[in-house]
Amino acid sequence: MNYHFLRELADSWVLLALFVFFLGTWVWAFRPGSREIHGDAANVPFRHEDRPLTEAGCGGSCGECDCGSKFNTDPEVRS
Amino acid sequence: MWDWIKIAALGIIALLAALAANWARDLAYQVHALIVMAVATGLFIWTVRTAGDGPKVADTGYADGVIRAGVIATAFWGVAGFLVGVFIAFQLAFPALNFEFLQGYGNFGRLRPLHTSAVIFAFGGNALIATSFYIVQRTSAARLWGGNLHWFVFWGYNLFIVLAATGYLMGATQSKEYAEPEWYVDLWLTIVWVAYLAVFLGTIIKRKEPHIYVANWFFLSFIVTVALLHVVNNLSVPVSIFGSRSVQLFAGVQDAMTQWWYGHNAVGFFLTAGFLGMMYYFVPKQAEKPVFSYKLSIIHFWALIFLYIWAGPHHLHYTALPDWASTLGMVFSVILWMPSWGGMINGLMTLSGAWDKIRTDPIIRMMVISLGFYGMSTFEGPMMSIRAVNSLSHYTDWTIGHVHSGALGWNGMITFAALYFLTPRLWNKERLYSLRLVSWHFWLATIGIVLYAASMWVTGIMEGLMWREVDAQGFLVNSFADTVSAKLPMYIVRGLGGVLYLAGALIMCYNLWMTAFGNRVPAASEAAATPAE
Repeated sequence: MNYHFLRELADSWVLLALFVFFLGTWVWAFRPGSREIHGDAANVPFRHEDRPLTEAGCGGSCGECDCGSKFNTDPEVRS
Repeated sequence: MWDWIKIAALGIIALLAALAANWARDLAYQVHALIVMAVATGLFIWTVRTAGDGPKVADTGYADGVIRAGVIATAFWGVAGFLVGVFIAFQLAFPALNFEFLQGYGNFGRLRPLHTSAVIFAFGGNALIATSFYIVQRTSAARLWGGNLHWFVFWGYNLFIVLAATGYLMGATQSKEYAEPEWYVDLWLTIVWVAYLAVFLGTIIKRKEPHIYVANWFFLSFIVTVALLHVVNNLSVPVSIFGSRSVQLFAGVQDAMTQWWYGHNAVGFFLTAGFLGMMYYFVPKQAEKPVFSYKLSIIHFWALIFLYIWAGPHHLHYTALPDWASTLGMVFSVILWMPSWGGMINGLMTLSGAWDKIRTDPIIRMMVISLGFYGMSTFEGPMMSIRAVNSLSHYTDWTIGHVHSGALGWNGMITFAALYFLTPRLWNKERLYSLRLVSWHFWLATIGIVLYAASMWVTGIMEGLMWREVDAQGFLVNSFADTVSAKLPMYIVRGLGGVLYLAGALIMCYNLWMTAFGNRVPAASEAAATPAE
């Protein structure tokens, strides 16, 4: 594990791995079916302005009050 | 039980600080030991008086007290930092302001790091902590994790600032730009920063929203990267445990590279990623529209953090640094232009369909000019990192102008907008005291920045050209003092720009104070009359 080994590793396999990871983030962002999730995520700032979700007073039912994202699978929120 | 542990620990800290003050080898260390002793004693007495008060009612709802304190601290340190900046700007124009009776404490060399740290770490840092705590709670739908640990983060960070600032005046510096504080102050900041990370990450982990909103990604990358940068760049061995001096572990060009790896990523992650976190929350909130493209924000995030970390070597063109390293830094700096503008476009286009708000809402106007300056300085930066341009711009005032168009324009304006957004909400007021004063602040600050940046472009390019001018025999035409005297008019203009910016900040403080604590709301007619100006 000397300098030359690390240097060669850095500009070969590690470079490749980082580059592939970076390209992967593009693929991930544009993956099929992500539009709805991203639309939901973009609206996060407009929910829960005043209080945390568990104190919304829903009593576990998401009928009238806002229980947040429809992608929420948290049993405490969804049940 | 916990109270008794706290009382014992605080007592021991106070005692050790008293011993350290007694055995101190230099003035800065002694004063700092006394400050620590006073703080620990005060906390000791307070803990004794409140011990055994019985269990408090469990806190529910969002933890907003610490954010209110952060808003006040941000405004206070902002004005303090701008004031020192204006003073040292006039010290450069009129050297007589380096008063004889203040030699060694109040001259330019001592005040300059006070100014940079006050605006970046005190003003910017408090703004980042306050807004990140506000945003992470709202976007996670969860209260801050860790009980009262967030109060430790706030007070611990501000103690760090007090120790750093007083240390500079007394000459305790390890002379690394933007990392001047000495070893024990660095260690304290490390502890505080780990607590900050724990509070932030703990809140994200217990979030009730399935998705981690993009602002939190930026804040998290800011916290993690600053921790990494801070620890590596401050590796040093104290000369004595009772003194403020230390010796760096790295030497020579390695030390220089480490310093600018730190320095540039302090810009990239403290002043860019963290403030982008603010932008991705407050711009959509104030515009009442979701961000233009959430996909673009994801690409923006990953591209920014993948590229920024390599850009540091552009600070070391034409030095002992190997050519390949400075070429690498230059190339990555130029590529960095793209994600930066992607982020700017994402922020600006969030207003599409609501462009009229630029005319009617002075807070939106501040956000827009902030994004404009972000775009301008992220174009200017890559350009200046090109070796040929850098040979003209480096060591000149052009660099100072570049830094200030980013800091005053981007960081300052987005922070002001965030403070205007937060204050009515945090103090449960219907709206700001006065929108007309926000407009005044906007124009004073904008004209101030324009004067600052324009005068620094002129003087920077002028002195760069004067330095490289040679006559037919190859002799330099100008002496250094020639460039100094040629710069005087521009230095005065720069100082005046600073005065305008400071005046705007003072107006903001008055407005925020009257919003939070004033019981009188100005006549409704004013609010109705000003939006269309």
